[in-house]
Amino acid sequence: MSQLSITLLRMGFLVLLWAMVLSAIAVLRADLYGTRITSRGRGREARPAPAEKTAAPSRAGTGIRTGSISTKAPSNAHLSVTAGPLKGTTIPLGSAPVLVGRASTCTLVIDDDYCSAKHCRVYLDATTWMVEDLGSTNGTYLGNQKVTDPVPFREGDVIRIGATALELRR
Amino acid sequence: MATVAEVTVRTGRRAELGLLALTVLIAVAARGLVDYHADYLVISDMLVYTGAWVAVALAIHLALRRWAPFADPVLVPAVLTINGIGLAMIRRIDFAYAARGRETDFGQVQAVWTLLGISLAILVILLLRDYKLLRRFTYTAGVLGLVGLLLPLLPGIGTQINGARIWINVFGKSLQPGEFAKIAFVVFFAGYLVSNRDTLALAGPKVLGMRFPRPRDLGPLALVWVAAMLVQIYERDLGTSLLLFGIFVAMLYVATEQLSWVLTGMAMFTVGAVAAGAFFSHVGARYTAWLHALDPEVYRSGQSEQLVRGLFGMASGGLFGTGLGEGRPDLVPYAESDFIVASIGEELGLTGLLAILTLYIVIVQRAMRTAIGIRHGFGKLLSAGLGFAIGLQVFIVVGGVTRVIPLTGLTTPFLAYGGSSMLANWIVIGLLLRISHQARRPEESSA
Repeated sequence: MSQLSITLLRMGFLVLLWAMVLSAIAVLRADLYGTRITSRGRGREARPAPAEKTAAPSRAGTGIRTGSISTKAPSNAHLSVTAGPLKGTTIPLGSAPVLVGRASTCTLVIDDDYCSAKHCRVYLDATTWMVEDLGSTNGTYLGNQKVTDPVPFREGDVIRIGATALELRR
Repeated sequence: MATVAEVTVRTGRRAELGLLALTVLIAVAARGLVDYHADYLVISDMLVYTGAWVAVALAIHLALRRWAPFADPVLVPAVLTINGIGLAMIRRIDFAYAARGRETDFGQVQAVWTLLGISLAILVILLLRDYKLLRRFTYTAGVLGLVGLLLPLLPGIGTQINGARIWINVFGKSLQPGEFAKIAFVVFFAGYLVSNRDTLALAGPKVLGMRFPRPRDLGPLALVWVAAMLVQIYERDLGTSLLLFGIFVAMLYVATEQLSWVLTGMAMFTVGAVAAGAFFSHVGARYTAWLHALDPEVYRSGQSEQLVRGLFGMASGGLFGTGLGEGRPDLVPYAESDFIVASIGEELGLTGLLAILTLYIVIVQRAMRTAIGIRHGFGKLLSAGLGFAIGLQVFIVVGGVTRVIPLTGLTTPFLAYGGSSMLANWIVIGLLLRISHQARRPEESSA
């Protein structure tokens, strides 16, 4: 075989090797960031609804992790984490209640020593959002008021759980 | 302003299948080039080899689809690519030795070890349905690790090869229990640290603005660590002791987020390294060979001969290499095991070697990503520890061969000839796949 074809084979193999490396990196590029960042201005409506198959069967009630609530929510209401380790996270509010706590089954998982396993619940009662403490050890505060019975949770209100603050926004 | 929402998890199994197709292509092409340049290209053999690769890739792919559908999609193709290039390279060195009248069948043996290793990884995925089970064996793993390190010292089964007593004889095969002890120690460190990290990080005296732990919290950890180090020094296995020490410091840092640990570790390491160089002649010789490798005196005495031949090999490879089968990697002693990196550097050049190093980075990155993604502290430590172990091992070997650090005897994971390393590292991959499945699964099961 000529020197030329030997060189071509040699280079071809290196090209193949790098094709492999680059495609591996391309596959994991999407995975490098665990969250998707969308610009607020153009709105989430502008974003096409996630058409791709969700990896698991839909799990209503554990909204944030599968995104099943967000696409079907009639209102635009969402919970914004304004303080604490999860600051910046938003949870769209749909018809299903949102459970906040330390347990991994909660919709919003707060890893905080002052947060109970199932700390509080935000749910829709007819037309108003309500917040209910689920017998937490350190309490849920709406403004400066400790929540005991379910109380209405209005737009702009802030609930505090340990170091985390949640605000209802529309 | 921006909103942050978690993206839907894709299993990535289809992407994995595509990458596996590329992997098989690379493995088969590498073997084809090697055979062609050795004038040994037999089409039927190549077909059998291709068939075997397709079968292996499909087997592991289907096993993942069945038992760990959310496992990381890049891990297996990256590892298999490295493994495939390693197999071709070892076969190529067999041919080179044969041309000089030395009959070896490293390639065949390594292929068997690879098959065994992959089977073990599948077995780990199949049998270990929840990695958290390992936490129950924290102390068992610690003891097993120590026993593994001690085994080569036992008369009868322990064997000394090339000055290091790190092998045992099992059924006529020599195994290196230290490779498996590495996994056991990672499990032990992870289990112990996840229970005690708060006391380790928060209690204790503060010196120079850094918090140091109380001796009693550190007890079991220090005990295992000192015992491991002593055994290593006694067995003259520098590579493994460096590896275990590094894993130890890294996992302490991951567990406690205390920079003081890294500084303490570095200080201890520096003192230890200088002392070892002064007191042990074999360590001192390594330093000399490293610092004065090109000194004619040192070269002629044989201390740096292997290292320098490896360097010359890589230099002759240059940017793009001589091509598989076109170089002379057999001029370096142990070209198929300790110096496989130099062989690859010679025949695939810097370009090929960097591709392989990038694949290692990808593997380590996947382990770290899994550690970030998983919620359970034990899983975080386990995954980070295993990933760091692979990364550090590659650094120690490649650093040694390229004269960045003194040369120590360690195997390059998945690449170098050696059964124990192959089996142990495939077990690591099995564990990482299992943990990443649990990390990427959209909802944690109630179990």
